[in-house]
Amino acid sequence: MQFDKPATTNPIDRLNVVGRPVPRVDGELKTTGNARYAYEWHDPQMDYAYGHPVGAAIAKGRVRSIDTEAAKKAPGVLAVVTTLDVGEREKGKYNTATVFGGDKIQHYHQAVAVVVARSFEEARAAGALVKVEYAPEDGAYDLEEAMDGAVKPDGSDKPDTAVGDFERAFADAPVTLDAVYRTPDQSHAMMEPHASIAAWKDDDLTIWTSSQMIDWWRSDLATTLGIDKERVHLMSPFIGGGFGGKLFLRADAVLAAFAAKAAGRPVKVALPRPLVANNTTHRPATVQRIRIGAERNGRITAIGHQSWSGDLPGGQPELAVNQTRLLYAGANRKTAMRLATLDLPEGNSMRAPGEAPGMMALEIAIDEMAEKLQMDPVEFRILNDTQVDPEKPERPFSHRNLIGCLRLGAERFGWQKRGAPATRREDGALIGVGVAAAFRNNLLMPSGARVRLDGDGMITVETDMTDIGTGSYTIIAQTVAEMMGVDIDRVTVRLGDSRFPVSSGSGGQFGGNSSTSGVYAACVKLRAAVAARLGFNTQDVVFDGGRVRSGDRAVPLSQAAGADGLIGEDTMTWGDLDKTHQQSTFGAHFVEVGVDIVTGETRIRRMLAVCAAGRILNPLTARSQVIGAMTMGAGAALSEELVVDTRRGFFVNHDLAGYEVPVHADIPHQDVIFMDETDPFSSPMKAKGVGELGLCGVAAAIANAIYNATGVRVRDYPITLDKLIGGLPEVA
Amino acid sequence: MDFTSTVSLKVNGQPYQLTLDNRTTLLDALREHLHLTGTKKGCDHGQCGACTVIADGRRINSCLSLALMHEGDEITTIEGLGQPENMHAMQSAFVRHDGFQCGYCTPGQICSSVAVLQEIATGIPSHVTEDLTGTIALTPEEVRERMSGNICRCGAYSNILDAIFEVAEGTP
Amino acid sequence: MRAFTYERATSVQEAANLVAAYPNAKFIAGGTNLLDLMKLEIERPARLIDVNGLELDRIEATPEGGLRIGALVRNTDLAAHDTVRRDYGLLSRALLAGASGQLRNRATTAGNLLQRTRCPYFYDTNQPCNKRNPGSGCAAIDGFSRQHAVVGVSDACIATHPSDMAIAMRALDATIETVKGDGTGRTIPITDFYRLPGETPHIETVLEHGEIITAVVLPPPVGGRQVYRKVRDRASYAFALVSIGAVVQSDGTGRIAVGGVAHKPWRSEEAEAELANGPGRAAAVLMADARPTEQNRFKVDLVERMVAAIFTEARG
Repeated sequence: MQFDKPATTNPIDRLNVVGRPVPRVDGELKTTGNARYAYEWHDPQMDYAYGHPVGAAIAKGRVRSIDTEAAKKAPGVLAVVTTLDVGEREKGKYNTATVFGGDKIQHYHQAVAVVVARSFEEARAAGALVKVEYAPEDGAYDLEEAMDGAVKPDGSDKPDTAVGDFERAFADAPVTLDAVYRTPDQSHAMMEPHASIAAWKDDDLTIWTSSQMIDWWRSDLATTLGIDKERVHLMSPFIGGGFGGKLFLRADAVLAAFAAKAAGRPVKVALPRPLVANNTTHRPATVQRIRIGAERNGRITAIGHQSWSGDLPGGQPELAVNQTRLLYAGANRKTAMRLATLDLPEGNSMRAPGEAPGMMALEIAIDEMAEKLQMDPVEFRILNDTQVDPEKPERPFSHRNLIGCLRLGAERFGWQKRGAPATRREDGALIGVGVAAAFRNNLLMPSGARVRLDGDGMITVETDMTDIGTGSYTIIAQTVAEMMGVDIDRVTVRLGDSRFPVSSGSGGQFGGNSSTSGVYAACVKLRAAVAARLGFNTQDVVFDGGRVRSGDRAVPLSQAAGADGLIGEDTMTWGDLDKTHQQSTFGAHFVEVGVDIVTGETRIRRMLAVCAAGRILNPLTARSQVIGAMTMGAGAALSEELVVDTRRGFFVNHDLAGYEVPVHADIPHQDVIFMDETDPFSSPMKAKGVGELGLCGVAAAIANAIYNATGVRVRDYPITLDKLIGGLPEVA
Repeated sequence: MDFTSTVSLKVNGQPYQLTLDNRTTLLDALREHLHLTGTKKGCDHGQCGACTVIADGRRINSCLSLALMHEGDEITTIEGLGQPENMHAMQSAFVRHDGFQCGYCTPGQICSSVAVLQEIATGIPSHVTEDLTGTIALTPEEVRERMSGNICRCGAYSNILDAIFEVAEGTP
Repeated sequence: MRAFTYERATSVQEAANLVAAYPNAKFIAGGTNLLDLMKLEIERPARLIDVNGLELDRIEATPEGGLRIGALVRNTDLAAHDTVRRDYGLLSRALLAGASGQLRNRATTAGNLLQRTRCPYFYDTNQPCNKRNPGSGCAAIDGFSRQHAVVGVSDACIATHPSDMAIAMRALDATIETVKGDGTGRTIPITDFYRLPGETPHIETVLEHGEIITAVVLPPPVGGRQVYRKVRDRASYAFALVSIGAVVQSDGTGRIAVGGVAHKPWRSEEAEAELANGPGRAAAVLMADARPTEQNRFKVDLVERMVAAIFTEARG
C-alpha cells in the first residue's frame, strides 16, 4: 500500500483498542524472567561454546602480529580467531569503522580476536593470554584542536543552508546573541550488552542477536562474512535496550559467526561491559555556535547555527543544526556543519541524533535571547512560532501545536510563579525553573507485515519489526485487534525474525508509526481476503466483535478462515506527503531544580513534558517512552560524558561506574501530558513518533533551570558542580 | 591442583548440587548451568544491579559472588518470585504501571523492590533516613535511594516507584 | 580471571597460615571488590581462602566503653546496629552513603577498608599504572584526573581511596586488630594503617602478606554532632568527588576527615586545632599542601566550602 493522500476515516478511528492504555502484551514474560534475550537458551539442546572478544589496546595503527599459542594451549580452549586470520573484509554498508578483519586499528577496543572455549570462565581467562604486537600511529583525538581543519562533509544532507542575508540581518539587529555551546560524547549505555549466538549448519548461519534493524544486520553480516544474505537467519525477539547503539551490525555478531565456524559448534559472544563504550558507537561531541538577532519586540530576524563534530574517515557529522532550520521563524537564516577527522571510536546515531545535542544548545540560546529581550522565554518562543517551513514558506507543517504545548505546560507547571535568577532559596538550595521547546522530525520508513487468520479465529502477525522497549509488541497487537475487530488476546505478535516481512525496524522514532502502518496495510489485505472468501462486498464490510458483517449477514471470523486460514501481506510505502508537508513532533519541557548552595550539586525536583505527536497509539507505553527520554535528558544535562583521553585516544570512563547515567534517586515523579490530536498526513494511523521527542530539549530546560536558580550560565555540558561552584554565594 | 569444586544450594526451593569451575559466579551458575536466565548480566562488575537475586533473604549482586560462596544458601530469583500463572504482587504491579521498557533490568528491579520493602519494614536505615534512631517512614525518597543500585537506562524510574508504592500500600 | 584453588578456612589462624604460605594467595570475604578486579586480571590470586565461615561477624561492647566490630560484619548490619546508629552516627551515615543496598549486604568491614582505588586507568589493563604495574607510569596525572587526589599525591600516583566507611573510621580514631601467619597479632591505629602513594603506590596499607584483619575497634563515643556529607555527580550509587566526615562539638571544635581527596582518609589534627580560629582556617591548613590538577582544582574549594558550612551550621 502506498500512503500518498491524507488519511480519511478508517477502522483505526474506532479506537476500541488503539489509543487505549493497554498493558504490554509481553509484560508477563518480562516481569517473570521468561523473555529470552540474545545470549540466552533459545535452544536448550544446543551445546554452546563461549567466545570472549579481545579489544585493541591502541587507538590507531596496525596489528603487526598476534601470538595465540598460549591462548590455544589454555584449558578448555577450542579455537582462537584473530583479525589477521580472517583478513580484510568487505565492510557492512552501515558501518564506518571495520568491525573485525584486517590489520588496521581504527579505534581503541576494536575487536582483534575472539577466543572460544568450553566455558565462559575458560574463554575469558584465555582471552588475556592473546599477545598482540602493534605498530601504533599518531591520531587526532581532540575535537577542539581538530576543528580548524574540519571540512564541509560530503554526502550528508545539506551541510550548508542559507535563506535571506543572515550576516547583514544579524549585524543590523538591535538585540543579538552570539554564543558557543559544547555537548560531550555520550554512550547509549543500554542495559543489555551487545550479544549474539551463532550456529552454522553447513553453509547456513542461524544467529540470535540484539538488533534494532533485522534486515540491516542480516545484510551487513552476510557482506562481512562474504556469504549470500539468504543463508543468514537472524533473530532478535527481545532487545535489552538500544537507543541507536544496536542499529548497525556490531562485533559480537561477526565474532560469534567466525568463532562458531572455527570451533565447529554454536558459540555465544557478549561484549564485556568495559568494552562496550569504545568497541561500539557513540553520540559524537559537538561544538555549536549560535547567533540570533531580533527586533526589540522579540521577533527573530536572523538565526544562524554552526556545528562542528568529528568522526573517523568516511563518517558523518552530527546533524546538530537540523532543528534550527525549522523550529523558529525568521527571514534570514543560515546553518552549517563541519566535520573533523578524529580517530576515536565511530560516532553514530544515538536517540534523536541531531536534534538531541542540537536542542541542548539551541534551547539555551533561546533562553539567553529571551533574557536579553526581557521577555518570558515561553512568550518569546510563542511569538516566533511558525506554521510553515521557514526556508520554504509555501510548505506548511502537517500539524504543529508547539504553542499549545507551551501554554498548557506553563499553566500546569505554575510557570508564572517563576522569579528572577538566584532569588529563591529553600533548605540550603537555590531553586530555579526552566523551560525548553521539544522538537523532533517525524520520519517514515517502508514497513511490511504478514497477518494470518486461523480456523480457530486466532490472528498471528509476523514482521521483522523489533521491540527495544518501545512497546512494539503491544501497539502492533492493538493495531491488528482494531483492524480485524477482535479482542487483543486473539492476536499473537511475532517480531524480530528475518523470515518475516522486512519492516521499518526501530530507530529515529519512526518505528511505532511506520510498523503499525505496515500492519495496517497487511490487515487491509486480510480484510479483503476475508470478504472475498465470504463473498461480501468489501465496501460495507465491518469487522467487529470477532465477526464480519455485511448488510444483514454476520459471520464469525473463524468461519471465514477455513481450514487453511487466510493470509494478508503487504508493505506500507510512502508517497510525497512528507515532501509537500513538513512532518515534525513538538513539545515543551518544564523543570524545577535545586542547586546546593554549598556544593553546587544539582538535583531535579519536578519535571513536566507536554507532547504533540499525533495520535498516541497507547498512552501507557507512550508515556514510558517520554519519561524514559526525560530521564536520559537528565543524564545528558547533569552527568553523562564519555571523557576523551586526548593523548591516548580513547574514552576513559568506559563502564557503568565511570559513565554515570541517572539512578532512581536522581529522578523525581515525572508528569507527561499528550495533546489530543491526530495527523492525517503522517499515516493511516495518524500517529507520529514520540520516543525521541521526549529527549529533545530536556537537558536545555534543566540548564535553564540551573541558570534561573543560580544566575550561572553554563554552556558546556554536562553541568557538573565544578562548573557552578565559582559562581555560588560565599559560604558564611 | 583442583580448580573445580562442588556446591549445594537451593534455588527457588529446589536443591541443586553443582560441580563448577571455581571461578563461576553465582550469576553464571544460574544462567549458564541452571538455565535460569531471568537474572540478567548487565555489567558483571556490580555497577548496574541487573543481576540482583535474594540470597538467604537478602538482595545481592549475583555477579560479584562466587557460586561456591553460597554453600547451603537459599537463592530466590525472578523465576521463583512468580510465574505468569501465579505472579508476585510486585510483578503484577510492574506490568500495571509499565515499570519497565526493554525489560532487561526488570528482574533485578523487581527482586530489589521486594527486598527494599522488607528492609524498610525491618528498620534498616538508608542514606536519606533523617533520624537514624527513629522509625523509618516509607517515603518516595527512601525508596528511590534504596533502589539506586538498580539502573534502568530506559528510564522507567517514575513508574517503578508507583508500582512499589502500590504494593507497599496494598492498593492496586 | 585466572584459575585458582578454593578453600574454606575454619579458623582465623588457619586462614592466616594458608595465605601466608603462598605468595599468590588471598582472603575472600564479601568479594565485591576482589572479584570485580579478578575478572579484569588486576588481581590474579592462584589460591583463594574463603573466610566467610569464621566467626568474625559480631559487634560487641569493649570494656573501655567502645565497640569491637568483627571483620566480617556486613556493611548493612554495621550501619543498622543500634549502638552504631546511636553513638557513632557518622559511621552509619558513611556506610549508607556508599555503594548500593545489594553491595552493602555482602561487603564486609575489613573488605571495605581494603578496597582498591577506582581510578579508571588502574581498571584498564592496557594503560600504564604504577599501582597495578609498578614502574609503568601514571596515565592519570596528565590524563583524566577530575576524580583524583589533590593532597598527599606523588609523581607516581594520584589515586584516591574510595571507601566512605574508612573516612568515618578515621574520624572516630578506630584501631584495626590483626592476626599474622606466625600467630602473633597486633593493633594498628587507623592513622598508621594506610600509606601515601610515594614511589610505591602498589603498597597501600601496612598489612603484611597473610595478615588477617579480625576486628575494627572504636573507642568510646565522642559525642558531638556527627555529619557525613558526600558530594557526587549523581545522587546515589557513585563514588565521592569529596566527602567529609565530621564530629562537631558544641564549642565549635571537632574532627574532620576528608574522602575523595587523597590516597587515604585525609585528616590533620593540626587543622582541627585551627578550628578555634574558624573553619576557614582549619580547611586552609587541611588542604595546605594541595597539588591539584587543572581538572580537580575544584575539590580544594569544595572542601573549604563544606568545612565552613558544616561547622557554621552546627554552631548556628
